[in-house]
Amino acid sequence: MGRRTPLFDLHQAAGARLVDFGGWDMPVGYGSQIEEHHAVRRDAGMFDVSHMCTVDLRGAGVRALLLRLLANDVSRLTVSGKALYSCMLRPDGGVMDDLIAYFMDEKWFRLVVNAGTADKDLAWIKEHAKPVGVAVVPRRDLALIAVQGPQARARVAPLLSADCRAPAAALGAFFGAACDEWFVARTGYTGEDGYEIMLPAEAAAEFWNGLQAAAVVPCGLGARDTLRLEAGMNLYGNDMDETVTPLESGLAWTVVLEGTRDFIGKAALEAQRAAGNARKLVGLLLQERGVLRAHQAVYAGSAGTGEVTSGTFSPTLERSIGLARVPGAAAGTVEVDIRGKRLPARIVKPPFVRNGRALIEL
Amino acid sequence: MSEIPSDLRYTKSHEWVRTLPDGSVEIGITDHAQAALGDLVFVEVPDAGRMLSAGDACAVVESVKAASDVYSPLGGEVLAGNDQLATQPELINSDPYGQGWIMRLKPAAGAAAGLMDSSAYAAAVAAGG
Repeated sequence: MGRRTPLFDLHQAAGARLVDFGGWDMPVGYGSQIEEHHAVRRDAGMFDVSHMCTVDLRGAGVRALLLRLLANDVSRLTVSGKALYSCMLRPDGGVMDDLIAYFMDEKWFRLVVNAGTADKDLAWIKEHAKPVGVAVVPRRDLALIAVQGPQARARVAPLLSADCRAPAAALGAFFGAACDEWFVARTGYTGEDGYEIMLPAEAAAEFWNGLQAAAVVPCGLGARDTLRLEAGMNLYGNDMDETVTPLESGLAWTVVLEGTRDFIGKAALEAQRAAGNARKLVGLLLQERGVLRAHQAVYAGSAGTGEVTSGTFSPTLERSIGLARVPGAAAGTVEVDIRGKRLPARIVKPPFVRNGRALIEL
Repeated sequence: MSEIPSDLRYTKSHEWVRTLPDGSVEIGITDHAQAALGDLVFVEVPDAGRMLSAGDACAVVESVKAASDVYSPLGGEVLAGNDQLATQPELINSDPYGQGWIMRLKPAAGAAAGLMDSSAYAAAVAAGG
């Protein structure tokens, strides 16, 4: 038996199909995955993502600590509540995890890290935090519910306490606000507007039921995966891991190499950039019927070979899309080995879909 | 609970077989199988004229989650594949024992051995097969 979120009993009662995800028993879907997907693109859906780990870092040295631990530059965070997406790297440049860091004040940053990497992350962060007097506090007392879709914010508002409602309504994109024991952030993993809401575990069921009564559709990790892939967002463990760098993972935009700031992994990334032969992560649009899947081989002609890292059927585009790691010189159309047949796929620039609209030409 | 019609026969790998009045058979996947696969998005059916042995992979059903082979419950000659599934794979989800049929087969003589009746199949599903 895996670990259970505060909403486990509700998922089970709703007839969810439960699977192991990073050591947690999580709902992969409640019925039709495609209907859940469309609910988020067209209206509003909700996800229990309480398996992800919220971590509070507290102490005067917290900003300096994150300047060193993260590949993105937290000196960009100057306004309280602002969030930053970043990779945390090994000294050799391999991606330990990707995470979101919220700047609250000069003595408090909040991180959200992946479930499967949480133990490893916490050990690593603590090792670096202890000498500089920063406390590392995992918040397993909090549930995390993502409410996503064009109608998500409107459906959430009436369910928030009086103290939370105004700060939540005022949030700009990629900002979060603490209110009472809750934390409301205008972030997500679907390519739609919405919130990710941290709240005391004991309040989670009532909030979830309230959302359901407001016609917010419960969605599982299956729909979460097709939504994030359409949005061109990486999944840790699929699209990047400790064996590749952010530069090979479509995440160069999250790495700040300029300037004198020295972060863990920087020298390795500079060496890789100087060598100029790094692979790249690209989007693929399958040109024929079939479905791209992780680990299928990609043939990019004289440029060499690569591999699909994530693939699925896109419910919005009604075509198969994927991400693939290919040689740096790969361009145009490649071939993918799908069940023994080589089918053509076009290299495209993700995202595929944002805010309900296709962003690539079919 | 999934639907298991009593007038059909079944395989352990979740195919169903219906005998038609002319002695040919219609083959598809069960309600249990479609529910486990989830929303189907791509189906590849065999061409008419193909000769199959019992247990041959004869079709591919692919859902949002995964691709699976369909195995022919019987040996024989393919009379028709259900071409409607090329544009409406979801028929297997909505009507697995009707419009979601996958192929029709002219069975080889004595080919029907080893199929389960509905109660045996229900027991196999209940046992986690």
